[in-house]
Amino acid sequence: MAYTAQDFKKGQPRWCPGCGDHFFLASLHKAMAEIGVDPWNTAVISGIGCSSRLPHYMATYGMNTIHGRAAAIATGCKVTNPNLAVWQVSGDGDGLAIGGNHFIHANRRNINLNMILLNNRIYGLTKGQYSPTSPRGFVSKSSPYGTVEDPFRPAELCFGARGHFFARAVATDAPGTVDILKAAYNHKGAAVCEILQNCVIFNNGTHDDVYSKEGRAKNAIYVEHGKPLIFGENNEFGLVQEGFGLKVVKIGENGVTEADILVHDAHCEDNTLQLKLALMGNGDGFPVALGVIRDVDAPTYDDSVTAQIEEVKTTKKYHNFAELLETNDIWEVK
Amino acid sequence: MAETLEMKELAEVVVRFSGDSGDGMQLAGNIFSTVSATVGNSISTFPDYPADIRAPQGSLTGVSGFQVHIGAEMVYTPGDKCDVLVAMNAAALKTQYKYAKPGAAIIIDTDSFGPSDLKKAAFATEDYLGEMGIDPDRVIACPITQMVKDCLADSGMDVKAMLKCRNMFALGLVCWLFDRDLDIAFNYLKEKFAKKAGVAEANIKVIQAGYDYGHNTHSSVANVYRIETKNKVPGRYMDITGNKATAYGFIAAAEKAGLKLFLGSYPITPATDVLHELSKHKSLGVTTVQCEDEIAGCASSVGASFAGALAVTSTSGPGICLKSEAMNLAVIMELPLVVLDVQRGGPATGLPTKSEQTDLLQALFGRNGESPMPVIAATSPTDCFEAAYAASKMALEHMTPVILMTDAYVANGSAAFKLPNLADYPAINPPYVPEELKGSWTPYLRDAETGVRYWAVPGREGFQHILGGLEKDNKTGAISTDPENHDLMTRLRQEKINKIPVPDLEVLGDKDDADLLIVGFGGTYGHLHAAMDEMRAAGKKVALAHFKCINPLPKNTAAVLSKYKKVVVAEQNMGQLAGWLRMKIDNFTPYQFNQVKGQPFVVAELVEAFNEIINK
Repeated sequence: MAYTAQDFKKGQPRWCPGCGDHFFLASLHKAMAEIGVDPWNTAVISGIGCSSRLPHYMATYGMNTIHGRAAAIATGCKVTNPNLAVWQVSGDGDGLAIGGNHFIHANRRNINLNMILLNNRIYGLTKGQYSPTSPRGFVSKSSPYGTVEDPFRPAELCFGARGHFFARAVATDAPGTVDILKAAYNHKGAAVCEILQNCVIFNNGTHDDVYSKEGRAKNAIYVEHGKPLIFGENNEFGLVQEGFGLKVVKIGENGVTEADILVHDAHCEDNTLQLKLALMGNGDGFPVALGVIRDVDAPTYDDSVTAQIEEVKTTKKYHNFAELLETNDIWEVK
Repeated sequence: MAETLEMKELAEVVVRFSGDSGDGMQLAGNIFSTVSATVGNSISTFPDYPADIRAPQGSLTGVSGFQVHIGAEMVYTPGDKCDVLVAMNAAALKTQYKYAKPGAAIIIDTDSFGPSDLKKAAFATEDYLGEMGIDPDRVIACPITQMVKDCLADSGMDVKAMLKCRNMFALGLVCWLFDRDLDIAFNYLKEKFAKKAGVAEANIKVIQAGYDYGHNTHSSVANVYRIETKNKVPGRYMDITGNKATAYGFIAAAEKAGLKLFLGSYPITPATDVLHELSKHKSLGVTTVQCEDEIAGCASSVGASFAGALAVTSTSGPGICLKSEAMNLAVIMELPLVVLDVQRGGPATGLPTKSEQTDLLQALFGRNGESPMPVIAATSPTDCFEAAYAASKMALEHMTPVILMTDAYVANGSAAFKLPNLADYPAINPPYVPEELKGSWTPYLRDAETGVRYWAVPGREGFQHILGGLEKDNKTGAISTDPENHDLMTRLRQEKINKIPVPDLEVLGDKDDADLLIVGFGGTYGHLHAAMDEMRAAGKKVALAHFKCINPLPKNTAAVLSKYKKVVVAEQNMGQLAGWLRMKIDNFTPYQFNQVKGQPFVVAELVEAFNEIINK
C-alpha cells in the first residue's frame, strides 16, 4: 500500500521551536511512508526525555514508557510479534546513561529493532544537566566548573557490543536522515541510528560544525558502501589508510589520485575501519562521517527464537498442555 | 518378608535423606516419595540444600538434605522432625541429627566415618555416636560404600561411577524398612536413564542390594513398617514441585486464553527453576528471554504484553526491588502481567536458599504513587498450579499486573499432583476491544461494570494508540496533568482492582465455635493446618482461615475475623499480614505469631504458642 508522510502524523509536537526533534520527526514520517509498513503493524517505543515524546506524534501503535527501558520493552514486543516493525527512540541520557545496559544488550542479541539515538549531548527535560555524551569540561547546571569525565561515543558502545549496524545523520539533513532510517529498516537486526540533534535551549550549537548544509559540505563526509571516501566542498579530499589509522589527503597533491582513496565497505565483518570512520570528527582534523557506516548481516535474535521454537516443535512430541502432562512419570491410584 | 518380622502399621512417617551435596540425596528422596505416592500415600517433601554450589566434600557446609513425609491420610507439611535419618557421611550426621525425633532410626554409611571424615565433620573423637549422645541400638550401621563396590564389582564401572550409586543402597534399605514395592523405583530409574541403560541397571542392582541387606539383617531394627493408604482419591498423579507447578499453571492459562506465553527473566534463587522449566517447552510455543537484568526481565514482559502475549516475569524479593519500576508502568498502562515472587530470606541478598514471607508489604506497596496491584499467594506445591492459573486469568481479564507470591519452601517442596484436565478450568476471556468501536475507541474507555479498559493489540487496523508512563486523560488518552483527571484516574485504577471477584475466605475446623481462629497466608498453610489438626485432636476448639488472595481481600474477611473471640495471625515475617488486615478491618487487634528463621514453621512450636493464647 502506498502511504504518505501524512498517514503517519498525529498531533501537534510540543518541543521547543527550533528543536532538532521537529526535523527528525518529519524525516521519520517520510521514511515510514516510503518504507510502506502499515501504521497498525508499526510500533514506536520510547523511554523518557524530550525526544521520547516522539511516539505521541505517530499514528502508529506506540509506548512512551519509563526512563531508560525502551530497548528492553521493545525487545519483548518484537520477540512476541516479529511481524511488527519496531522503532525504539531514545535520547542520549535515556539510551546511554540509565538505559546503557539495555542498549548494549539489544545490540549484542541483535534484536531486529530500529534503534534511534537522538544525541543532543544534554539532559533537556530536566533542564540542562550534562549527559554521557557531553564532552569533558562541559559546563552545565550540574557541572558549573566543567565535567571531569569523558563522554561515551555511541558508535564505540554499539561496536563494543558487537553491533551490526551503525549509521549517523544530522537532524536538519532530511534526505540524509531518511536514507539511514530506510537502511536501518532494511537491515535485519539491531540498527543504531545516531541523530545529531541540537537543543536550542540548553546546548545550542553543539553540532554547529555539521548542522547547516554548508557546514556539512566542509566538515562532514557522506559515506556510502562501495564508494570512495571523498569529501570537501569540491570533493577535493579523501581518506586513505596509513599505518593503523586513517589520513586525510588532497586529491591531486603529492601524486594522490582518486584511485588511491579508500573505498567504503559497510558490509565488512571486521569493524576496525568502520569504527575509525565513526569516531572521526572530534576536532581532530577529520570530517564527521554521516550515512551508513556499518551494515553487516547476522542472525537476528527474534528470527532465531522463532526458528528454534519451530525446530523443537518438530523434534518434541508434545504440543499442548495435556500432552505435556503425559511426559511426566505418572502413576494411577485406583 | 521374613515371617518372624513384626509388621507395624503407621499413620505417617518422616524420612530425611542427608549426605554430601554430591551424594544424590535429592534423587533418593524423590524416588522414595514417588514410590510412596504411587501406592496412594499422601506425600510432602522439602529439599534443604546449601547455598554454596559445591562446598568441599565431606564438610559441614556441604550437607544436603531431603525430607519426605508420607501419610496414610492427608499430610500437610514435610514434618517437623524425622523418624528415620539417613546420614551418608559424618558431616551429615553432625548437622542433621537435630532434625531426628527422639528414638528415630538412623542409617549411616560406616565407611564414611573414617578419621579424616570425622575430622572434617569436627568430631573430637572416634566415638561419634557417644559425642552426639546417640543410642547405638537405634543405628543401622552399614558399610554402604564397600557393599556398593562389591555389588558392582563385575559391572566394569570405575570406582567413581560406582560410588555415585551409594544413594540407591540407602534408598533400597529405606524401601525395605517401609515395605515399598521396588518395581516402581526400577521403572522410575529405567525411564530416568532411558538413554543410559548401564546406569539404570547399576542403580537397580544397588537398590536391590540395599533392600536385601535390610531383609537379611533385620535383627538390627525392631520392625518393618507399613503405611496403608486411606481415603485415596482415584486418578492419575505425578510428583510436582511448586516451581514446576507454577510453570505449568502459566502454560495452561496461556493455552486456555489462546495466547503466546512470554517469560522475561533473570536467574535468581529460588525462582530460577521456573525459567528452566518454561525454557524447555518450546514445542508449546513458549518464549523465554533470559534478560540482562531483572529490570529488563520485567520491562521486556511489559513489551510482550503490549504485543499481545500472556506475559510473565519471575524472580525473588531482590528482583522485585528492581522490577517495581516496570511493574508500575504496567499499572498505569493497564496491561496484563504476572509477576512471580518466589520469596526468600531478606533483606538484600539475605538468605538466598531459605524461605520467608517477608515480601508481602513490598508486593502491596513497594512502588511510587498510588499503585494498586492484586496479590495472590500459593499455599502448597500443587496449589502453585491453581494460583498461577488464577493470577494469569485475573491479569488478562482485568488488564492489570498481578503479583503471584510463593516461597522457597513451597517452590522447592513437592507433592503428588492429580493431573488436571484443562477443560475443567474456567475460560479466560481478555477484554479485546470490540470491532464496532473502531473510530470512537480511546485507550482508557472502560467496561462499565468491571471498570476494565479494552485491549487493542498491535496489528489490528484502526486501533493504533499510545500508552505510557505519564498520566493520561480519561477520555482522550492524551497526556494530562489536569488535577481532576489525575484524581479520577487514580480512583478508577483502584476501583478496577477492588471490583475483581475473589472467592470467599474459607474457614476450616471448628468454624462455629472456635476459641481461636488461626489466620495465615500462602506457604504456611500446611503447617497451620497441621497445628490446627493437632490441637483439635487434643480437644481444643480451633479454626483456620488461610488467605490465598490478599489484594483485594475476600468480601467476607471482616465478618470472618470479627466472629471469633481470639484471632492469631501467624506468619513468617514481623507481622505484615496482620498490619495489612488492621489497615483494612476496623477494630481488628489480633494476637501475632511471627518467626523469621528462613525455615518452615515447626508444628510443635505453633501448637505451644496457640495453646498459650487460648489459655490467656
